[in-house]
Formats: sequence, C-alpha cells, structure tokens
Amino acid sequence: MDLATVAERVKKKFPEAVLEVGAFRGETTLQIRPEDLLSLCRFLRDDPEMAFDFLIDLCGVDYLPREPRFQVVYHLCSTRTRLRLRLKVSLPGTDPKIASVFSVWKAADWMEREAFDMYGIAFTGHPDLRRILLTPEWQGYPLRKDYPLRG
Amino acid sequence: MGDNNTMILNMGPQHPSTHGVLRVILELDGEVVVKATPDIGFLHRGLEKLAENKTYHQCIPLTDRLDYVAGMTNNLAYVLAVEKLLGLEVPPRAQAIRVLLSELQRISSHLLWLGTHAHDIGAMTPLFYALRERDEILFMFEMICGSRLTPSYFRVGGLAQDLPEGLEEKGREFTRTFNAHVDEYETLLTKNKIWLKRTQGVGVISAQEAVNWGLTGPNLRASNMPWDLRKAMPYSGYENYEFIVPTGKNGDVYDRYRVRMMEVRQSNEIVRQVLDKMPGGAILADDPRVVYPPKDRVQESIESLIHHFHLASAGFPTPAGEVYASIESPKGELGFYLVSDGTNKPWRFRVRPPSFINLSALPVMVQGRLISDVVAVIGSIDIVLAEIDR
Repeated sequence: MDLATVAERVKKKFPEAVLEVGAFRGETTLQIRPEDLLSLCRFLRDDPEMAFDFLIDLCGVDYLPREPRFQVVYHLCSTRTRLRLRLKVSLPGTDPKIASVFSVWKAADWMEREAFDMYGIAFTGHPDLRRILLTPEWQGYPLRKDYPLRG
Repeated sequence: MGDNNTMILNMGPQHPSTHGVLRVILELDGEVVVKATPDIGFLHRGLEKLAENKTYHQCIPLTDRLDYVAGMTNNLAYVLAVEKLLGLEVPPRAQAIRVLLSELQRISSHLLWLGTHAHDIGAMTPLFYALRERDEILFMFEMICGSRLTPSYFRVGGLAQDLPEGLEEKGREFTRTFNAHVDEYETLLTKNKIWLKRTQGVGVISAQEAVNWGLTGPNLRASNMPWDLRKAMPYSGYENYEFIVPTGKNGDVYDRYRVRMMEVRQSNEIVRQVLDKMPGGAILADDPRVVYPPKDRVQESIESLIHHFHLASAGFPTPAGEVYASIESPKGELGFYLVSDGTNKPWRFRVRPPSFINLSALPVMVQGRLISDVVAVIGSIDIVLAEIDR
C-alpha cells in the first residue's frame, strides 16, 4: 500500500470529509472538514489497512491575514505500513475550536495544550485544557502572527 | 493537604534529580504516588517564534539549543527538513560524516544519561567513567568545529568544512577501546543487586500504551517495540550500514537502561563502518543558490565575497510548501515541520520534540509507585528541559 492508495481509500470512505488531497516532496496532505475529524481519525487508527497507530505531531499554524486563519496540523505515522500522513483542518480567526483527538491518541494531551497555549485554539473534549509552557495568567497567544515580537 | 488525606508534595523546579527545571506536583498517600502532574515551561524562550524571524541558515544555531547534549542530531534534523523543502541532494561524503557525528553524538548523549541516571539512583562511580569517554567525543567535536556542545556544524547542502587532519585516526582509536569501556559500566550496574531492585518492574509501560502516548526512541524500544527511524525510514544513508535495533521486554526502567547500553555498542559499530567506508569528494552540494562559496575563494575573489555576503545577510528563498523531516535522535523522533511562504524565512517552524512527548507519559508510569521511584523513572525517560520548553 502506498500513500496514493491511502488517500484514495480515505476519500472513498469519507467522500464529503476530504476537501483536498495535496502532494509535495513525497508527502501527502489531506485537508479535512473540521466536523469529521474525530470519526476520520478513529478510522485511520483502527482500520487494519490504515493502522496509523502513532500521532507523531500536532501543531497550530497561523495564516493571518488569510481566512480561515488557523490550521491545526496532524502528523500521523504507521508502524505497520511505515507510511506517514498529514491531516489539516482550517479554523476561523474568531473563536477557533476543534474536537480533541485525545480519545484516539493520548499523545495529543500535551500537544493540544501547547497549541492552545500558543494559538488560543480550543480543543473540545480535552480532559485538562490549560496553558502548558506559559504561566496561567499570561495574556495573549505568542505564536499568533499579530503578537508583538518585542514586549 | 489534598483530598482524602493525601499530601501534595512539590518536587522541583530546583531539584537535582529532575534534570533541569522540571517541576512535578505529587499527590501522595503516605509514600505512594496517587497522581503526578508535571509542570513545565520554566525554560521557554519562544524559540519557534524566534525562528520565524530568521533566515534558514540563521536558524541552525537555534537548533543547537534544543537538546543541548545532542547538538549534532538537532542540526541534522533541521537541515534535512530544509533540504527536503529545497529538493537538494547532499554529496555522499557529507552524508557519511553526518552519520559519523550523529552516532558519536548518540554515544555521548547516552553516556551523560547513564552517568546522571545512575547517580540519581545512588551509584556514583558510573558518572566518572561515563564522562571520561564522553569527553573524548566532545574533544573530537572541538577539533571539528571548535565547539563541544553547540556545534552548528551542518549546513543546508552539506557541512561547514571538511574533517580536520587526524580526526579519523582519533575516531578509530575510540572505536577500538569503547566496547571495553561499556563492559566497565556494565560491571558496575547490570547485575548489581541494588540497581536491579531499584529499576526492575519500575515505571512499566506496555508497547501498545507507549505507542498511543507517542513515545519514541529507547523508551519505546524498551517496551519491546522494534521501531527505529534509522531502519524504518532511513535518512542520510543509514541503509548502507549494518546494525541491529536492540529492544527490551518489560518496558521498565531496567530495560530502558539495557536498551541504551546495547545501543551505544551498535553506534560504535556504525562509527567503525563509516570510518572504513568513508567516501571522498565534495562536502557541499553544488548549488550556489543556497550553498556558501569555499572560504579560500571568498578571500581572493570579489564575486565570491559578494556571493557569501548575500547568502549571509539575505539568506535564500525556498519554494512555497510544507515539509516534515525527522530523525532518530538519542531521545527519540526529532522532527521539524516547516511551512514556507516562498520567502527567505520560515512561515512556521515547528519542532517535534521527543522529550516533550516522552515526558507527557510520566504520570502513567509513576502512578501507584513509591516516591523514590519517581526519581528513577524521570531519569530513565532521558529528558532535556531545553527541548521540552523551547
């Protein structure tokens, strides 16, 4: 199985959820409709042919001034098929919110907290969503592009 | 006091066994840990934000300061990401030297881990032995790039300069004697009764749980999961060398120790093979858009000087797009996710820090264990707070 087949199968299973399939430098990116994220992630982990057992990385990206402004990027990896897959969801600039994937991969615990800390993206369903690197009383979200570089 | 007559104990951030500024809030029932909550961020420097405002070359010294006991591997993961973004091929000699130094770095990182971890548990002697060999490696790094901990030696497209004279001989000498030194460390610990009592069955995590928590590196392999990126998804020519991926059985503190001890022997073997097969040729890709001109030409020709000046001040643009590149660092999977908007600076510079994600599983590993086990487990995960906090 190669990445093109993976993308094909996901598209077949979730025809409406996959908005776009991108390929660049041998990597495949699926742009996902935010409301379908959780069911799609479960499928990717549990389907024996997909078997994406690793959530390697999860992070936010700010595309100011573009709208939808934020993206949450998920890097998956399968120890069985030795493939990597990238998922992306786009979120609006005001009140960005997305379902937590903690119930699928526990690795999301701290990574979602970090994305919340740095971008102010809320992960609904996360058991303990609070700042992780900055102090609790910190104002603002430092990795947003409109956050001042100097204090 | 916590709920139900439990006691809250604050461990760190100024505590020698937390390996830096890590604070763990322990809820205790007597000496038993009911809940452990790590508190991190004391060393946060906004490194990812800093990098968004630097050219691609200027980011290399930043990466030294992530996992500061393994600067070479940090450099490697980053330059691999930029090279992937550019679609740049690196000459074989540069690749071989990168592997050589990464494996030496793995040995030195594991040795520092061994010394401090054993010291935490009460064994003083291994620290002195381990630092002795680690110093040999750091001395080699100093010969190569003038720096022991913050090399910044790898460049986009290759290396800053070729290996100095005498380095290969020194490397060979090291590989000849190193295995006997590992035997020395193992005599002190592997069958030591106190060591076994303190480490066996402590901080256990199953393979399935370890994968679900995103654990990588020796911590994952100790849980009997043969997953090593050097084998699974080879980079920088690792497919050319023969080595095995050691695994443990029980996923406890002892197995993490055993896996790392076997790993340094394998790394030593890779170092020997690289030295035997060392290819000749260029150490930089032939791509003037991103690669600095040779130093001797910069000193003689005005065109090369301008070229150098332009690259150093303005950097180079990269194609718009996004890439993720990762390596098997001494701590686990170290990855860089770069988003480029087509300019000379990364739009997004994301580090996938292995220590950060490995540490997030600490509460699971210490729950229901004694407070003295917390020290052993933190040590066994092998964390570097500079990488966790960034």
